[in-house]
Amino acid sequence: MESARDPVPFRPYQPGTQPPYDAAAYGSTHKRHPLENLIRLPHAITETTGPQFSPAHFPPIRDLSVLNGKAALGERIIVHGRITDEDSRPVPHTIVEIWQANASGRYQHPGDQHDAPLDPNFRGEGRVFTDDDGWYRFTSIKPGAYPWRNHYNAWRPNHIHLSFFGSGFAQRLITQMYFPGDPLLELDPIFLSIPDEAARNRLICKLDISVTEPESALGYRFDIVLRGRGATPMEG
Amino acid sequence: MPAATSGQTIGPFWHLIEHPEWADLTRFGAAGERVTLTGSVIDGDGNPVTDAAVELWQADPPADDRFPAFGRCRTDERGEFHFTTLKPGPVPGRGNAQQAPHFAITVHARGLLKGLVTRAYFADDARNETDSLLSSIEDPKRRGTLIAQPDGSKRWRIDIRLQRGPKGETETVFLDV
Repeated sequence: MESARDPVPFRPYQPGTQPPYDAAAYGSTHKRHPLENLIRLPHAITETTGPQFSPAHFPPIRDLSVLNGKAALGERIIVHGRITDEDSRPVPHTIVEIWQANASGRYQHPGDQHDAPLDPNFRGEGRVFTDDDGWYRFTSIKPGAYPWRNHYNAWRPNHIHLSFFGSGFAQRLITQMYFPGDPLLELDPIFLSIPDEAARNRLICKLDISVTEPESALGYRFDIVLRGRGATPMEG
Repeated sequence: MPAATSGQTIGPFWHLIEHPEWADLTRFGAAGERVTLTGSVIDGDGNPVTDAAVELWQADPPADDRFPAFGRCRTDERGEFHFTTLKPGPVPGRGNAQQAPHFAITVHARGLLKGLVTRAYFADDARNETDSLLSSIEDPKRRGTLIAQPDGSKRWRIDIRLQRGPKGETETVFLDV
């Protein structure tokens, strides 16, 4: 029986905006996707609350483009944007985790054996928090494209990995930010796994000349929308 | 209304944001009954998933400066994860129900375009009988995939099968949240 004291659930995702678990063109899904139906779980406190990270315990890393005072190779960029929910309410003081390949398309990771140079001045980890009004910002270098073994001559488009927590465990979002005009996007099974074309294209950041710093760094804007808390009843 | 942003896989190189100490939720000095939760993540061929990020969230005891209530652990070359945390108590469900004590668990990995959400309850806890989620799963084998088993004193174990195994091993129950 429902009660007026029940926490307000998050709304279901809008159709077509989320990738499936089983995406035939992305080989790694084949043995990792559930065959059984998922069981729908009405949200209670476990789903509507989530971890809150304090900058005191999790210090920000705002600039990935410099390590030990030395500049990483590559095209310096500034990425900023606003995190809101589906009701356009800003999500303040929430953590944003960032990781990416270097300008040559190589991760500082033992599992990445791509024959491209590592950069001693680039590690590829960042962490920032949104401000009172949901805005975040970090500096980095533009990551390179790199090959992967999904199919013959497969290449990932330039991308930055991003992780968001929001205010509830059911709002957790891990995604990738892509760059405008990348011809690899239309060949990439991971990007193409999102059924809705407009939703897919929202993962492409936009050049933002207003935050571009003269003689220094190109600016890009990438806004994030997390699930809203809904009056819309979950479908029964 | 703007739609929520689409998810994408965490990929194989997420360890760049890994901090192994996050797997110990007691590291800031939280007080309570210390327990460990260990298990393997296994794919549909029965092979260990060695590049997953397993995330744990528990709503009780309440998160505070000494207890983050959230942890993240990599799976190792045997597919195993290992958390040290505090044993959660019961938490309110919907309506006037109580939920049995549980951990919320999300698995992120290469090949998962979005996280898979599951839970770990505790074997032999009488409150499992009245938990609304557990009660809704009729097949006892499937229900059992959500229940951690004791593995020594204050040590609990749960394996997570992303897909039915090659010998028909039961797939873990995953939740649509």
